[in-house]
Amino acid sequence: MKRYLQVVWAVLWKDMRVEWRTKDSFTSMAVFAVLALLIFNFAFELNVPDKRMVVPGVLWVAVAFAGVLGLGRAFITEKDQGSLAGLLLAPVDRSAIYLGKMLSNFLFILIVEAFILPLLTIFFNVTVIIPSLLLVLFLGTLGFAAVGTVFSALAVNTRAREVLLPVLLFPVLLPVLIAGIRATSGFLVGDTLADHANWLRLIIFFDILFLVVAFLTFDYVVEE
Amino acid sequence: MPEALIQIRGLHKYFGRHRVLRGIDLSIETGQTLILLGPNGAGKTTLLRILATLSRPTQGEVQVAGVSTKANPEGIRQYLGMVSHAPLLYGDLSAAENLEFYARLYGLHQPEARIKHLLQQVDLYHRRKDMVRTFSRGMIQRLAIARALLHNPPILLLDEPDTGLDPQAAEMLTGLLGDIGGRERTIIMTTHHLERGLALADRVAILAGGKLVLDTPAAEIDPQGVRPLYDHFVNQERRKA
Amino acid sequence: MNRSKGLTILNTLSFIAIMVALYLALIQAPDATNIVPEIRPAQRIIYFHVPSAWVSMLAFFVTFVASILYLRYDSLRWDIWARSSAEIGIAFTAATIISGSIWAKPAWNTWWTWDPRLTTYTIVLLLYIAYFMLRGSIDEPSRQARFASVYGIFAFLSVPLTFMSIRWWNTIHPVILDPRADFGLGAGMTQIFIFTNLAFSLLFVTLLANRIQLEWGAERVAALRERLQG
Repeated sequence: MKRYLQVVWAVLWKDMRVEWRTKDSFTSMAVFAVLALLIFNFAFELNVPDKRMVVPGVLWVAVAFAGVLGLGRAFITEKDQGSLAGLLLAPVDRSAIYLGKMLSNFLFILIVEAFILPLLTIFFNVTVIIPSLLLVLFLGTLGFAAVGTVFSALAVNTRAREVLLPVLLFPVLLPVLIAGIRATSGFLVGDTLADHANWLRLIIFFDILFLVVAFLTFDYVVEE
Repeated sequence: MPEALIQIRGLHKYFGRHRVLRGIDLSIETGQTLILLGPNGAGKTTLLRILATLSRPTQGEVQVAGVSTKANPEGIRQYLGMVSHAPLLYGDLSAAENLEFYARLYGLHQPEARIKHLLQQVDLYHRRKDMVRTFSRGMIQRLAIARALLHNPPILLLDEPDTGLDPQAAEMLTGLLGDIGGRERTIIMTTHHLERGLALADRVAILAGGKLVLDTPAAEIDPQGVRPLYDHFVNQERRKA
Repeated sequence: MNRSKGLTILNTLSFIAIMVALYLALIQAPDATNIVPEIRPAQRIIYFHVPSAWVSMLAFFVTFVASILYLRYDSLRWDIWARSSAEIGIAFTAATIISGSIWAKPAWNTWWTWDPRLTTYTIVLLLYIAYFMLRGSIDEPSRQARFASVYGIFAFLSVPLTFMSIRWWNTIHPVILDPRADFGLGAGMTQIFIFTNLAFSLLFVTLLANRIQLEWGAERVAALRERLQG
């Protein structure tokens, strides 16, 4: 068990180290997210009575699209420099590699969220930094990373690669997006956590279900 | 133990209808250095990848020290070191960081001394803080060998470690491999370079069309004599392709 | 061959069953009396719409189970089952969405409503289009089968969550349209409704059996060609 966690941590540490140095993923995700905010601002500015009606959608769509950019890179860099086999040679169950990669994707998306939440507050003049909202965003991002990491490993071994990832990912992810948007709009108008417990439960169920499925299937995705 | 260290029985590997390996039986004793020769597409890489548990056999079985790769792949991976065409290194990490990362994957305790020793052995200690991205092909390959030796594996799988190296670097590699071999370490290496392979080997096998067509002690091989045979199989494959 | 004889019987049986279902649904079934007269003929679409919806879910469930079996046993058979069933599932999903849309026009005077079921089926269609896009972009057959199996498992498990989330979403909005009330089955209709569902299920089994047979044929031809060339 200690060995297992050590490998999870090693993969996470390695990804963080590389990202800290290159900032490739973060830069493209953050720039993309800001662009999304700007575009949405122009799309909705003229005909929305209350900004709080659009902010949840803007937030989740920006996160989803920026996130899929980062997820796409997670295995492409490993594949292209041929280091994936190095990870798979580690004398540990391959789910440890999955978990390490999943956590690093999770962390990347959280960092991008931490970056766009204040911008959203400024651009749309709506306070989005609310504890309950942060919780639902955190849980939704976990499900996003859980499924996205597996699909990223699938997509990287296909001809279409990056193009395929959103097509595979978004229809599966839809329950999280729906629940996230709905709960977020509730929290923006002052609802409590208890008011939207069913949405949170749905996301938590999604997270657990797909983490388990990912654990069971990851080996089939990476082994030939 | 009476069992050979590596025991391959009736190994087949199909990619869909494409039959890459068609019935390989091979047993390798502790301390042997086996050179696998063969044309492109003969299945050398596939065979090594199956031994490394990166690829699953379609049929047949591979045992390492009496343990099937199906039963306990994690345990077997602990005993393997691998150098493949791809260096398995991260360009945006330094030489030392790469080794530190792999030391963690293999669960080494206090690897600093080991890393230092290996970097010195492959003559990269002075470049340990430089990004691997800036290394030449020869340096990368040396670091890849250090990486494969990190956990001191009793079995070393080398998949064309000499490809893409200039003659000087290839010579250095040969010397390095000669040093790290020895009675304890079992080495299986594929190469395109017949003479270089023969210089290192104590056993030679030729793989062609997914089958072993020759398997003999290296001492019995006359390099000039085996050349026509090797060319024959290589050309046969070329004609097919 | 015994197998092809079995197929012939199956084909004949489902042809008869579908013909009977057509007769029952279009002629025998009484008009629905609990809805406005103008849309009474359109109500008969329920005998095709619901069975299509049921069969598509059945088909994707078969794909789901076959995908698990493929990963477990690594056998071509289960991959053929999975992809054959998914193809049929897509056809029936499309039929469900189109027939739902046709019903929506006379009943609610719109071609499209964001009804939870209709929306879920649209997502399902996208899921399985993605499933075939994934297959299409992998050349190596065993990898294609393995990846498709993994995706087939994720896709199927997400469907109930999608449905639930869309339904909850709509309950917060006022429910303007409740198709269940409109579709209410009167006397003499329930038996016909059940029969059409059974007939469609038989049709599914028949299509699947034919598709699987065809796939095996294609595999054999490819293997022969390989041997002749090799």
